[in-house]
Amino acid sequence: MRHESNPARVMTICNACRYCEGYCAVFPAMERLTVFDKASLAYLANLCHNCAECYYACPYTPPHEFAVNVPKLLAELRAQSYRENARPRWYGGGMLAVVVCVAAMFWGVWRMPQPGFYGVISHRAMVELFGAAGVFVAFMLGSSLVRYWRASGAGGMRLRAGITALRDAMSLRYLAGGTSGAHARRWFHHLTFYGFLLCFASTLTAAFDHYALGLRAPFPWASAPVLLGTLGGMGLLTGPVGLLALRRRRDPEIVDQAQSRTETSFLGLLLLTSFTGLLLLILRDTSAMPVLLRAHLGVVLALFLTMPYGKFVHGAYRFAALLRYALEAPD
Amino acid sequence: MHPGPHAELEGAYPEDEYFADLQQVTAGKTEERLARLAIRESLPTNQWMRGHGARFQPALGGTLQLSRTNAFFLGGGKALLNSYYSAAERLGIQVYYDAEVTGLQLVGGAFAGGTAVLSGQPVRFRAKALVAASGGFESNLDWLEEAWGEAARNFLIRGTPYNKGTLLKLLLEQGAESIGDPRQCHAIAIDARSPKFDGGIVTRLDSLPLGIVVNRHGQRFADEGADLWPKRYAAWGRLIAFEPDQIAYSIFDAKVMGRFMPSVFPPVRAASIAELAGQLELPEPETVRTVERFNQSIIPGRFDMTKLDGCRTQGLTPPKSNWAQPIDTAPFYAYPLRPGITFTYLGVRVNENAAVEMRQLTSPNIFAAGEIMAGNILGQGYLAGIGMTIGAVFGRIAGREAARAARK
Repeated sequence: MRHESNPARVMTICNACRYCEGYCAVFPAMERLTVFDKASLAYLANLCHNCAECYYACPYTPPHEFAVNVPKLLAELRAQSYRENARPRWYGGGMLAVVVCVAAMFWGVWRMPQPGFYGVISHRAMVELFGAAGVFVAFMLGSSLVRYWRASGAGGMRLRAGITALRDAMSLRYLAGGTSGAHARRWFHHLTFYGFLLCFASTLTAAFDHYALGLRAPFPWASAPVLLGTLGGMGLLTGPVGLLALRRRRDPEIVDQAQSRTETSFLGLLLLTSFTGLLLLILRDTSAMPVLLRAHLGVVLALFLTMPYGKFVHGAYRFAALLRYALEAPD
Repeated sequence: MHPGPHAELEGAYPEDEYFADLQQVTAGKTEERLARLAIRESLPTNQWMRGHGARFQPALGGTLQLSRTNAFFLGGGKALLNSYYSAAERLGIQVYYDAEVTGLQLVGGAFAGGTAVLSGQPVRFRAKALVAASGGFESNLDWLEEAWGEAARNFLIRGTPYNKGTLLKLLLEQGAESIGDPRQCHAIAIDARSPKFDGGIVTRLDSLPLGIVVNRHGQRFADEGADLWPKRYAAWGRLIAFEPDQIAYSIFDAKVMGRFMPSVFPPVRAASIAELAGQLELPEPETVRTVERFNQSIIPGRFDMTKLDGCRTQGLTPPKSNWAQPIDTAPFYAYPLRPGITFTYLGVRVNENAAVEMRQLTSPNIFAAGEIMAGNILGQGYLAGIGMTIGAVFGRIAGREAARAARK
């Protein structure tokens, strides 16, 4: 149903009502704003975790003539903030093309397998390629975040605020009070995010084993890289599966359909990463290993390259919004 | 009512103080035993509500003087209803939506059956007990006009357009005893620019006690500082209803702008009172004179919005007894006001079991809760939040008694 798309109008209504104040950080933050300019709206939009409590409590949702739909409006403003702060100004789109290209690249370039992982791709080539990709991601993500932070006019840093923001982000505090759909989302998101972190930790321990201990991949089953990677992979498998399942049951009224494909393809890419990784682990001593290794690395590279332009960025922007909220909270 | 701090409620609000407040606003027009029942049961009912998933929150930012006497639903009334309907679903209770009752069949004061239109189809239904909780007749413009005359045409209805009082009328026609005056209701001052129906909470205005209120002749007609806002805000709907054309204007200056809950519509704004009067189409010289006379009769004092500060006028009729400050700092602001009706007080008489009193007997299986019987406790006037208290307390009692009657 058509909803009020003028943010200032919606927030004037919310500000005159205030019954959603207790649900999350968005409404207290809204009450503190004196102007509703683009930066303030981007801040509120990224503070919102789309738990949709406010939508179900609101007496002004369509078909009421005020047509207030806060979750959908903020979802639209979020996508706008990602698009405007990314360089180049992409959000979504082209994900599939990148995946295919990178996968093809891996298929074609290293054609002569020799024993072990490093017969497929040399360790040095792997480090250089993924190192470069990692630096690219960190730079693109970091610079858009700085751009966003400066535009939002937030002030100086305080440690206590940083800790609060970190805790609220890591625990997904603003999904805790939501509808039962939000609760389920919270747990599947924890599986996904912490699965991802464990995979990253696995890579770090592998680098340590390689450089500091002189060990070579593939590592034994009981080693840190394998244990962390397996645990992480399982989280990164069950989490996205759960999130995808929840998406099919979502109330279409509270989502911005235009972003749906971007979000689904990101989950699909994560699923492909964990799936290829776990399959590689199970079949690493078979003749399927070279194919699986190429596939897994190709998918991971595609994931890296699309990170600054897909759903992945939501973590950074939401954390920035939580940080600003913690900084502005009265002591 | 709470004897000490309880959850989000601060301090204490003992039964006797609560009842005294109620007596004050109703000028004694209340059934004492039912009123005390509502008050005494308000705390256990609050706990019962929480047990069924209702959530509460601290008093909203921007409200005046409410955290001791009022508990706020987290997310407001719709969220409360959502949790009730969820609870009902979990208990296996069947709810028929898009169903309008069209007729009742009573036999010997007892409910036997009725007719309804369900999704456009006429149906008959039977049940062992009936709880009537379908509201007053505030959305029935014809009935309002019957009671008020032409003035009713200028009323705005704050809520649903569906409370036409159909069930109330059916019960009264079939022998239920009535209580209350059809012209009595809970009405407040809302922005005159609000939609005719369902403007909801955001159209209410809290600026009135901080300035002066004038009618369309530019004259004051009531004491804007008569009492703390939660006890006084409900008087204004009625006060404005009796003014010419049912219109009034809250006028204040830059000193108090922003010190009350913001409104959904922007205020009218001008550099001088004369200009403001022009924009509001008020008689300029009268309005300017009213403000000057007001300013000149203020006895200096210490302004304090959070309590009765005694900043008052002298030699002015009507007086302003509290929060009187000169209106002299540009820019000057105004909100146009009309009476906004929340609900009507004419209802069915009930006993302590929420059973409807018929002319010859107490009905064995018809019960009433909410607006349709609030008139038993509210003969006139209103106390912030009491409507919800009456609804929740008597709703619970009616449900309990209806279940008991159905098991006989």
